[in-house]
Amino acid sequence: MRYLPLTEADRQSMLEAIRATSVEDLFRDVPKSARLAGPIGGLPNHMGELEVERLLGSMAAKNVPAGSVPSFLGAGAYRHHVPATVDHLVQRGEFLTAYTPYQPEVSQGTLQVLFEFQTQVALLTGMDVANASMYDGATSCAEAVMMANRITRRKKAILSGGLHPHYRDVTTTDARFIGFEAVALPAAPTGGEDLLALVDDKTSCVVVQNPDVFGHVRDYTDLAAACQAKGALLIVVVTEALSLGLLTPPGDMGADIVAAEGQSFGNALNFGGPYVGLFAVKDKYVRQMPGRLCGETVDADGRRGFVLTLSTREQHIRREKATSNICTNSGLCALAFSIHVSLLGEAGITQLAQLNHTKAVQMADKLAAVPGVQVLNDGFFNEFTVKLPKPAAAVVEELAKRRILGGVPVSRLYPGAMEDLLLVAVTETNTDADMDAFAAALTEVLA
Amino acid sequence: MSMNNQGRPSAIPANSGAFDGVTGTVTGNRGLQIEEPLIFEQDSAGRTGVDLPDVPKVASRLGAVKPRAKVGLPGLAEPQVVRHYTRLSQKNYAIDSGFYPLGSCTMKHNPRLNEKMARLPGFSDVHPLQPVSTVQGALELMDQLAHWLKTLTGMAAVTLAPAAGAHGEMCGIMAIRAAHEAKGDSGRTKILVPESAHGTNPATAAACGYSVDAIPATADGRVDLEALKAKLGPDVAGLMLTNPNTCGLFERDIIAIADAVHEAGGYFYCDGANFNAIVGRVRPADLGIDVMHINLHKTFSTPHGGGGPGSGPVVFAESLAPYIPVPYVTHGKDGFALVENAGEGPAFGRMKAFHGQMGMFVRALSYMLSHGADGLWQASGDAVLNANYVMARLEDVMTASFEGPCMHECLFDDRFLKGTGVTTLDMAKALIDEGFHPMTMYFPLVVHGALLIEPTETESKASLDQFVEALRALAERAKSGDVTYFQAAPRLTPRRRLDETAAARKPVLRWTPPVVAEALAAE
Ligand SMILES: Cc1ncc(COP(=O)(O)O)c(C=O)c1O
Repeated sequence: MRYLPLTEADRQSMLEAIRATSVEDLFRDVPKSARLAGPIGGLPNHMGELEVERLLGSMAAKNVPAGSVPSFLGAGAYRHHVPATVDHLVQRGEFLTAYTPYQPEVSQGTLQVLFEFQTQVALLTGMDVANASMYDGATSCAEAVMMANRITRRKKAILSGGLHPHYRDVTTTDARFIGFEAVALPAAPTGGEDLLALVDDKTSCVVVQNPDVFGHVRDYTDLAAACQAKGALLIVVVTEALSLGLLTPPGDMGADIVAAEGQSFGNALNFGGPYVGLFAVKDKYVRQMPGRLCGETVDADGRRGFVLTLSTREQHIRREKATSNICTNSGLCALAFSIHVSLLGEAGITQLAQLNHTKAVQMADKLAAVPGVQVLNDGFFNEFTVKLPKPAAAVVEELAKRRILGGVPVSRLYPGAMEDLLLVAVTETNTDADMDAFAAALTEVLA
Repeated sequence: MSMNNQGRPSAIPANSGAFDGVTGTVTGNRGLQIEEPLIFEQDSAGRTGVDLPDVPKVASRLGAVKPRAKVGLPGLAEPQVVRHYTRLSQKNYAIDSGFYPLGSCTMKHNPRLNEKMARLPGFSDVHPLQPVSTVQGALELMDQLAHWLKTLTGMAAVTLAPAAGAHGEMCGIMAIRAAHEAKGDSGRTKILVPESAHGTNPATAAACGYSVDAIPATADGRVDLEALKAKLGPDVAGLMLTNPNTCGLFERDIIAIADAVHEAGGYFYCDGANFNAIVGRVRPADLGIDVMHINLHKTFSTPHGGGGPGSGPVVFAESLAPYIPVPYVTHGKDGFALVENAGEGPAFGRMKAFHGQMGMFVRALSYMLSHGADGLWQASGDAVLNANYVMARLEDVMTASFEGPCMHECLFDDRFLKGTGVTTLDMAKALIDEGFHPMTMYFPLVVHGALLIEPTETESKASLDQFVEALRALAERAKSGDVTYFQAAPRLTPRRRLDETAAARKPVLRWTPPVVAEALAAE
């Protein structure tokens, strides 16, 4: 087996050194009834690289890669162009095959990356500090609510109807088992919620998403101030991190916590994971944060260096009193995020965000011109909702037959509801020809 | 200190012995070890590492939201970015470069075939919400992985959703609570957790609203069955136990433990972080386990990536099988289908957005297929053999905490350092100078100054011998009274020991633009 360096001779001499008769002898503490006599049944034996490539290649070939056709899917996962440099660098073994930087003297690379990542996330969200990543945007959102509960010592969260249903469900699942209240408002495809009216002296936080799951962008400055006046926090969720390159960031609106999905930078679609949860807060809440934090310090020679810090919040020190049980996070996805953001820089990120927005405006106009189609959004970033004269799920299937991935039917996220609504996302990867093909195919399907 | 665009200090600061005092070079560099400033210190306004098309001249449609004035990111060209991250990578120790015997973490070789497979566009470039008809191969892969995991554990059901081990723990404990609730049993408020458990175990139980009751260990490093039985009762929801345990030992009484827990109406959660010791040789279902997470980033070789991402599928026995979260793959009449909403069955809810860590699923299945049943048998055997070999070769100079055989890792404590002034931490730092990543230190908490060594099966005998010789020599050196040598270690790393106390006392968690930093200082 190509991954196993021991030879039969090695094994024999090692058994002698141990004074054991056989490898099986070393398993003598396992109850006999549970010890298999030989390799487990029901599974094939080992394969060479070529055979594995053939087998997995044949499975991969049964999927339609989003990049092989005009594709307009978003709803929390976005297809952006990732520069070749990103994947080259994340595959350097020194990054890829290192563990969590618990020994800082031999992990300054990972640690400096984390310090820079935290800074980039803080700058993008307009917040004071960010952590070293969470699993994904949805778990970030749930952790943000639990953090707000700790800070306010209250136990009721108000979830906007514009919050991505998966984020809502992760939060309400936690609420059920962890024991707090999460009041999820009905889906609000055209907005008009009065969130503030629901805030009372039991409310720990209000959770809004910007742009929301239907693509609407809003200014939450007044809501932030009003929540805070009632002793509640405002949590802003962002599922399309690139929007932070163009829109007033949540921090400038007065958000207390930002929970975001960072996949758009540096990370492929990967059928939904692994992605990278971003988590940023106001300075005064740092000690209530979940997850790892990297901080600056000096070494024995007085030179600048980095370490994991404020660990007394974490499970390995605080155990049942920890702020969260998270251990492994999304380190390598955070690195990919960071490299992509570094390549873009100030000029690149602004231009890329504008490019996404203007292309989406063009697409919205093209779709609005299709008979029977209505765009629901006044303001949006790179994703918007259209109302169709037919059920969106069936339309999307028809479009797929024409080799176009024409957005996400809202009913996929809200089963049995809003069947005529379709979410359409546009990025820099969509050409003018893609957009025209989509509009033409939709016209045909609806005719 | 000012930096030029190549990121080197442009002048040695006057009145500072720092650089020449430490390295003896003008630049502060040391041959292949090159100093690298923060990316924010290499900014040139307007510069970028991407070339993008012009933005179409179209009126923006941002509703009531104003475009932001600026983000504050630095501008670098591509070659600078490549050099920045390449230099940073060179300050890391990694499995690719050397022996990484970090106990409980299973730092085995990460095959590059897995990386290649995960990057096939049919897996990496697929959107999670594409029509199911366009992702049949992705669902097939998930179904295959589920089949392997169920077969290897003998369990009835599996969820692939959790993002890591701790997330899997959360999922398993939620399932236990859901099962008790379904029976109308609300009196169970406690989870039993051995003192030796990983921090995530008590943190998870507490996060799920349970109080945590610690069970002591016996003198041979295992759960004290009598103490456990004494604590079991109608208020106990379940037991969380790591097996093989965090001392590297197999819980000999595990079947009696499972029986006792079941008799008291509780469920048996197993932390499967140490599955590598027994994979392909022992099926957890045969031990009486009800639910267990598996770290694909340990047992099944997906890379740790400097802290993540991981993947923590959870397997369930029949008793808990109905209580799994969404989503899961089913076999429909037109091929594979995906159940995505909790309303569609007894599923208790959702753990994360979309369908789990697909990129990790591909890598793990690639690893499983490469090994096959015969290869996994050999791999777990070699993992256990390697650990026992290291233990046998160190026993006379270091103090093993418990009698062997051990499983995939061996545990020492600091009794052998008694009176030398050298600590476990010092030993670890001295190992760094010898070119090794240290073992896990100070975990588990049940022995003093723990040194937990997990070699894994992908290490050669030559590599183990070199490690053993280095550690033996260091142990002798410590006993000879050379404390200062240890306290000054490591000497040969890009940075010497870092001041963690200062970092925590006055946390600096981000770079701040110099103007802002100056203003803050003046306040
Ligand atoms: C014994 C044990 N349990 C649980 C965990 C948590 O797993 P993860 O880091 O994947 O969340 C770890 C590893 O860190 C571990 O070693």
